[in-house]
Amino acid sequence: MLAFVIRRILQSCMVLLTVALLAFTMFRFVGDPVAQIVSLDTPAEEVRKVRESLGLDDPVIVQMGRYLYKAVQMDFGISYQFRQPVIQLLAERAPATLELALISSFLSLAIGIPMGVYTALRRDSLFARVFQSISLVGVSLPTFLIGILLIYLFAVTLGWLPSFGRGQVVTVSGRWSTGLLTVSGLKALILPSITLGLYQMTLIMRLVRAEMLEVLRSDHIKFARARGLTTRAIHFRHALKSTLVPVITIAGLQLGSIIAFAVITETVFQWPGMGALFLKAVQNVDIPIMAAYLMIISALFVTINMVVDLLYAFVDPRLRATIKG
Amino acid sequence: MTSSAVTPPVLELRNLVVEFVNRHGTLRALDGISLSIAPGEVLGVVGESGAGKSLTGAAVIGLLEPPGRIASGEVLLAGQRIDQLPVEELRHIRGKRIGTIFQDPLTSLDPLYRVGEQLIETIRTHLPVSEQQARERAIALLAEVGIPAPEKRIDGYPHEFSGGMRQRVVIALALAAEPELIIADEPTTALDVSVQAQIIAVLKKLCRERGTAVMLITHDMGVIAETADRVAVMYAGRVIEIGPVRDVVKSPRHPYAKGLMGSIPALDERPERLLQIEGSMPRLTAIPQGCAFHPRCPHVMPRCHEARPVLEPIGAGQVACFLHEVRS
Repeated sequence: MLAFVIRRILQSCMVLLTVALLAFTMFRFVGDPVAQIVSLDTPAEEVRKVRESLGLDDPVIVQMGRYLYKAVQMDFGISYQFRQPVIQLLAERAPATLELALISSFLSLAIGIPMGVYTALRRDSLFARVFQSISLVGVSLPTFLIGILLIYLFAVTLGWLPSFGRGQVVTVSGRWSTGLLTVSGLKALILPSITLGLYQMTLIMRLVRAEMLEVLRSDHIKFARARGLTTRAIHFRHALKSTLVPVITIAGLQLGSIIAFAVITETVFQWPGMGALFLKAVQNVDIPIMAAYLMIISALFVTINMVVDLLYAFVDPRLRATIKG
Repeated sequence: MTSSAVTPPVLELRNLVVEFVNRHGTLRALDGISLSIAPGEVLGVVGESGAGKSLTGAAVIGLLEPPGRIASGEVLLAGQRIDQLPVEELRHIRGKRIGTIFQDPLTSLDPLYRVGEQLIETIRTHLPVSEQQARERAIALLAEVGIPAPEKRIDGYPHEFSGGMRQRVVIALALAAEPELIIADEPTTALDVSVQAQIIAVLKKLCRERGTAVMLITHDMGVIAETADRVAVMYAGRVIEIGPVRDVVKSPRHPYAKGLMGSIPALDERPERLLQIEGSMPRLTAIPQGCAFHPRCPHVMPRCHEARPVLEPIGAGQVACFLHEVRS
């Protein structure tokens, strides 16, 4: 087990190193940062000094090493547009994105799995057919359109929910600004989290349905029936557990992409998260933010992947054996 | 008939008909199966793939896969009709009064639960015992089916057992609630030849000790000859011959049974060629009129094309063939 974890951590480091390389390369391809700092009439001597002070006259490999060294210490430099440390900017906005992503993931699992189970067990019922049709919409409609439609319906027409922002936020333990503790914060979460989670929800529902139907045909379920177990035990103790093994992987990976692709939802709802910050950085060629965002997201992906693998082993004893060996 | 007046047979099938209804029409997969198994008796059911052996087993325990259904006929368990029971009552019979063993032990067990958990859940579904009592019973069962160090192995997962050991676990599961009847559907087909004999020995021993009747479905005549008391030979969804194992194996009467037995290589003689029946079993969609075997039968007579022979007693058994009707 330990060997497996260590191996995975080493692999993860390789992935992150590669991403860091890419992130660093961005700096070198979008022109000379010194030119952005100095004005046109700055004397050449002054320009040289600035270049030296920023360490930009060192060989590329040294610069790269320095960038990595700082990145490991969570120092991603200063944002060009805000003149603030990048890490501070990201840290301020991370809670908004993470809360949104976690709530949408939770919703998509809490609704998607029961719906999938229901549509698999009552395959021919009216509801199952309706769910199945609705899920097609969820899978095929683009996120921004869903967001705009929801805003139009619930914010503009009905006026029940706010159309943008996080509502009132409370700062917990000095760092984390949460919208989960106020009514307006929770209200503000509803539309964006549905928008962000709808695709995952329908995806999970369809996945659970397909997987469950497959499992219900398998030999061990047939044998469970022959053993005279109750329908409830067969469906929920045996079939559902087998169904969830592959669902864990997808759900885990989806959490990663929910965080990464919150960009669109955050834009539609003016959500003050990392995605919105990233988009602004792209518009203003704010390379330090883009690079840091890239690295943080990939670190997140890698971590989630590893957790998923460990969870997998937790659920499936066969994999536990291979991991041990 | 072997059923005595005193005790009814453990299982009796009367004219059982199983049909599959789909868009294209109705397929008759089992066509009037009649047979019975006495308490403690082992009835072998043989035939080619698709003859309806497994389907007969599934029909008895009420686990026909839709669109398959029992169209007519009766299934009696210890004299009581069970084919019309509500789903929930039939479930109580499965596992409790009829145990089942399937072909592939590698896939019969749920890979995500410990062997003990599966045994305990089966025991507690059918018997009013505590968790602790069920566990003790599970250990005893594992010991009985010949699993070494059962108090340790009970906490193992199925993948930690070999194929033969897993089939022993499956047998333990089938015996968990002391059923009157075990339906063993190809219990050794997926196993190594060396393990097959062990599994058959375990099954035979336990059933004899408990007086459990067995319906042994297989296409392995060796297993039948060694284990069964009586044999039913199936062809195209019908029983064409049934009788004591000695008679049917040594001197089969139905031409198909003759062909089937002739295709078994004997160890003491070396024939030039193994006997072979010309042609192949008809598909369900194209079962011929009259006797289903007539297109392949070497003794075919005109009336075989029109009328369907029924099982008639002959000697200690029964045969469905006009050849024997004529003679008797």
